[in-house]
Amino acid sequence: MSENETEEPSGPRRVIGTPSSAPAALDRVAGAPAGSEPPDAVALLPVNPENMVRAKRYERVIAALFVLAALAGCGFIAAYVGLEVGGGRLPHGANVVDATFRSNLALGLSLAIALLALGTGSILWVRHLTPNIETVEHRHDMRSPKEDRAKFEQFFAKGAAVSQVTRRPLLRRTMLLATAPLALAPLVLLRDLGPLPGTSLRHTVWRKGLRMVTYGGNRPLRPADISTPGEMITVIPEGYQDNLDALAKAGVILIKFAPGELDIPTVYNGSTQLYGMNWTVDNIVAYSKICTHVGCPVALYEQTTHHILCPCHQSTFDAAHGANVIFGPAARPLPQLPMTVDSDGYLVAASDFTQPVGPSFWERG
Amino acid sequence: MSSIIARRRHPAAGYAAVAGGLVVAGVLYGTLSGGGASAAAPAQTATQIQQGKALFVASCSSCHGLDAQGTSQAPSLIGAGAAAVYFQMSTGRMPAKEIGAEMPRKPSDFTQQQIYDIAAYVASLGGGPAIPTPAQVNPAGADTALGEQLFSTNCAQCHGFAGAGGALTYGKYAPPLTASTPTQIYTAMLTGPEAMPVFGDGTITPAEKRDIIAYIISTRNEPNPGGLSLGRTGTTTEGLVAWLGGLGFLVLIAMWLTAKRRDKRIETEQE
Repeated sequence: MSENETEEPSGPRRVIGTPSSAPAALDRVAGAPAGSEPPDAVALLPVNPENMVRAKRYERVIAALFVLAALAGCGFIAAYVGLEVGGGRLPHGANVVDATFRSNLALGLSLAIALLALGTGSILWVRHLTPNIETVEHRHDMRSPKEDRAKFEQFFAKGAAVSQVTRRPLLRRTMLLATAPLALAPLVLLRDLGPLPGTSLRHTVWRKGLRMVTYGGNRPLRPADISTPGEMITVIPEGYQDNLDALAKAGVILIKFAPGELDIPTVYNGSTQLYGMNWTVDNIVAYSKICTHVGCPVALYEQTTHHILCPCHQSTFDAAHGANVIFGPAARPLPQLPMTVDSDGYLVAASDFTQPVGPSFWERG
Repeated sequence: MSSIIARRRHPAAGYAAVAGGLVVAGVLYGTLSGGGASAAAPAQTATQIQQGKALFVASCSSCHGLDAQGTSQAPSLIGAGAAAVYFQMSTGRMPAKEIGAEMPRKPSDFTQQQIYDIAAYVASLGGGPAIPTPAQVNPAGADTALGEQLFSTNCAQCHGFAGAGGALTYGKYAPPLTASTPTQIYTAMLTGPEAMPVFGDGTITPAEKRDIIAYIISTRNEPNPGGLSLGRTGTTTEGLVAWLGGLGFLVLIAMWLTAKRRDKRIETEQE
């Protein structure tokens, strides 16, 4: 982007409307390779746009955009240097979040203006100042000419002979040996993707006698704490409140029903009971909070309809009837957690879930 | 507080016996001087209940029945409690203009005292949660961080992480919490209005309810990065703006880049 180029197309060297006469400049415009004859059509190219007044106007607009880009670029540097964000570099008591907001806004805005102005100016330049040329470039053979190929073969053989690769098999072979482990190393690194899940997808940390505690409050619950029909609360296994890996699968919602509202079908898989009424305590039922579609937390519970909705894809489960799917992409009910009360009267799990929680997977069966 | 008391005397003057009014005022003053609890603690005197019943018969009984026993149009209020009445009436949801999927929030036509009177009447029909005192719902000094955790676990699924509300099924929706008062938030958790589940004191303690209120109020003062809140409904609006606005802008730029030039075109060939 030298000064020469910007001035040439609009140089006031000829009267408006007269035919162009500057073949020397045209070679560059057409981009003809050095040494080859410029095609005839190129000689017809006008060096100047047809409308000089319009071209002058665009030149000013483009120059203004470039100046704006330069100013915005300086602004970016100023914002980077001037707006401190790091906690240690801020004055005492300043809000780090606010400072980050300000810094991000200033950096993003100045960079966006700089790039947009530069890009817009370049495109205006091409569209309004350069001649409108359509060039056809013919396709050549991909294969090199015969003599070039023979020459390269000679050159390669000569190089191989000089390097003595062909004459010293011991060096050649040990060199290949030296690179072999490095070539295999990426395969070994694949191991970092593991370990294989094994049976971990089938189990959660819930086990017989493990207390249910509220998430956040970490308080165990008695059935009397959930006494109003229509109550719902998220519980987690006691002692796992900081184990996010465990919580990712072990989240459970407890829902309290009025007497007679719960109608969980007793379903057997062979001789294994999948779910049934005897897993509830005092009309409180526990379902996995992980959607069986792709694992979003399902806790949009409408106490009037007893529907549990998934916020991600609108899967709807009927909490009063074993969390059966009544709408949406989920393929199976939310697993029910068998529950009971321990000797102190607190709600505990009666066992782990009897089926895998969360999204279905290939080997689930 | 004194304005409430002053106002409450106006309807009372022509309505109840002077002795009854003095007893009510005495009880209220006693509660006030006793430690800032307030008119919120419904002193369920016979007079207040009587006034509440009169208001109930005039404004509520056409749907809920003359004795609040419920009709085919509306549920029974026996056992609903004072907190439910406070929430529904102070947010203007009740009396409802019409029966729909969701009762919208609107300005209430009732004075605070009238609402307390009706609440006292409904509470007298049998049980139900009481209206919390201002001290119970005061967010000052509450644990906002714990409130955020509790809110995102139990409330955010429907109301959104910033309390902007969200859609439910069949025209129902979780309303935005941007205009709710602390007492309204508290009574909503306590009573579970409409489709909302109940969060009783056994599962979310009164202290934790205060933490949640403190979080909701703190979200109202959060700055909006970039200057636009986009309704604070999260990824849906942000995605919509990004797709329609951002992508549309890029498409327009691409069209401009490739648009046909109107000036004379020169065709050349190049080997």
